[in-house]
Amino acid sequence: MNRTTKDTTLGIMECPTVSETNSRLSHKQGRIIKERVIETLLFLAALSSVATTFAIVFILVYESIPFFQHTTVLNFLTDTEWTPLFDEARYGIMPLVAGTLVTTGVALTVAIPMGTIIAIYLSEFAPHRVRETVKPFLELLGAVPTVVFGYFALVVVTPLLQKIYPDLPGFNMLSAGLVMGIMIIPYVSSVSEDAMRAVPMHLREGSYAMGATRFQTAVRVVVPSAFSGIAAAFILGISRAVGETMIVAVAAGMQPNLTWKATESAATISAFIVQVALGDLPHGSIGYQSIFAAGLTLMLMTLVFNIIGFWLKKRFREEY
Amino acid sequence: MSASVQATLKAEAKDLNFYYGDFKALKGISIPVHDKKITALIGPSGCGKSTFLRCFNRMHDLYPGNRYEGEITLNPDNVNILSPKVDPIEVRMRISMVFQKPNPFPKSIFENVAYGLRVRGINKRSVLEEKVEVALQNAALWNEVKDRLHDLAFNLSGGQQQRLCIARALAIDPEIMLFDEPTSALDPIATASIEELMDELKDRFTILIVTHNMQQAARVSDFTAFMYLGEVVEYNDTKKIFTNPDKQQTEDYITGRFG
Ligand SMILES: Nc1ncnc2c1ncn2[C@@H]1O[C@H](COP(=O)(O)OP(=O)(O)O)[C@@H](O)[C@H]1O
Ligand SMILES: [Mg+2]
Repeated sequence: MNRTTKDTTLGIMECPTVSETNSRLSHKQGRIIKERVIETLLFLAALSSVATTFAIVFILVYESIPFFQHTTVLNFLTDTEWTPLFDEARYGIMPLVAGTLVTTGVALTVAIPMGTIIAIYLSEFAPHRVRETVKPFLELLGAVPTVVFGYFALVVVTPLLQKIYPDLPGFNMLSAGLVMGIMIIPYVSSVSEDAMRAVPMHLREGSYAMGATRFQTAVRVVVPSAFSGIAAAFILGISRAVGETMIVAVAAGMQPNLTWKATESAATISAFIVQVALGDLPHGSIGYQSIFAAGLTLMLMTLVFNIIGFWLKKRFREEY
Repeated sequence: MSASVQATLKAEAKDLNFYYGDFKALKGISIPVHDKKITALIGPSGCGKSTFLRCFNRMHDLYPGNRYEGEITLNPDNVNILSPKVDPIEVRMRISMVFQKPNPFPKSIFENVAYGLRVRGINKRSVLEEKVEVALQNAALWNEVKDRLHDLAFNLSGGQQQRLCIARALAIDPEIMLFDEPTSALDPIATASIEELMDELKDRFTILIVTHNMQQAARVSDFTAFMYLGEVVEYNDTKKIFTNPDKQQTEDYITGRFG
């Protein structure tokens, strides 16, 4: 401040220079403030998503606590029946976990091989034109409302399956799982394809230069190079399958049933939640509390898969 | 001069043109590649050295729109390897390549060297072990890695990775080895070790090497082609090129007056 006043008194010749410096200075300060504001806004945006996650976890845990006054964690994990709404209430989560794992397992046996094969084809084999045509259709598959898939499983796939297994019940996990697998294919294929296409050309060239075919290059070099991205795609698919609700609610049945047989009818965690949540639930009732306990279980399962995915990613991180 | 008298012809480019789409990157190139000799390609950046080198293993076939004209004949069978009737994979089975930047695969050291053998359907453990060891020894890497053959190749230093890539290219007993500026991504010490290695490979393999480093060309090669704007300006014995070139342009480049 002192200097500026002194400078302005120096004379006409100096004047333009001084005012120039001054305006440049204020310009710079303005920019700093603007950047601060932008930075803060971005930080708040990031913070809000983290905060939401923590809030959800907190509410799930907090609201589950009363539930565990009706039963113990051990009983919750070991009891073979889940009938929290009955007079003779039983609080074993395993039937719902089994239903979730079986439908997820069926879905993954469809989605992982199909998704990976499609990704390899699109990334390594398909001519540009084919890729640009196929991708929107795949994305469309991911955009179909899941209730439509559920209905498709119930009225199309189940009757078809019943032609092969006449004993198959109208609600069954096989049909729901298969259709869920189809729904997940685009999630698996698009993330895997991105990972494969990110593999630098010089690695492929190294393989071709050794006399490898396109297929050998894809399977022996590109896939291992993209492994962590492909693993991430699988984890995304698993998370989608574990949390998927409408398809299983519509096509797999609503009865909790502790079974590992895909040909039976059973409820999943998510199907149970939607079923109970649709009813009229007084706050604090056992039904209300059971939703949170089931929701917490679902979240922990997804968390475990994500941790496995994170570990895989670190273990096989890409170094080109 | 004496070198050219003894040398037999391993391959020969005859009036070779190459097009990236409409762009003519190589114009009427004709040079011999002598058996068990090192031929260096020198010239300013963008003159077509890599483009020419990559014709020898049909690398350009990987990308659409590329076109060859003319011939590269490969002896002893005297086939034109650029002919559309020739399968590029067959060509690459006989002519291997080392790239500018080390590009090991995300596999163990052993599997990297064994890659070309496995691709050829050789999976017998004893055969692989023997060939991998010989290749690593030829690439002067064996002593450094023999105790950790099953470590990931990425854990090696840059110079070691490049020698691994050389071992990978050696393991298939190539008839010609192509090197595209193999030391340009390496520090001077690693560069010296690769040059030393070339010297050892000299009498056993036919090598075609691109280099922008003239000292390197002068040190390691028997023959040198000086390229400029897609053409070979001068091809001759390395000694002749570097002491008494025929063309003024070559002399200007070698003495650093341009490029
Ligand atoms: N993929 C490509 N498509 C089109 N032009 C290319 C391509 N690669 C190289 N070129 C051009 O071909 C010429 C020769 O390139 P290159 O062989 O890489 O030169 P050098 O290896 O001698 O530096 C350059 O003019 C370059 O711009
Ligand atoms: Mg080049």
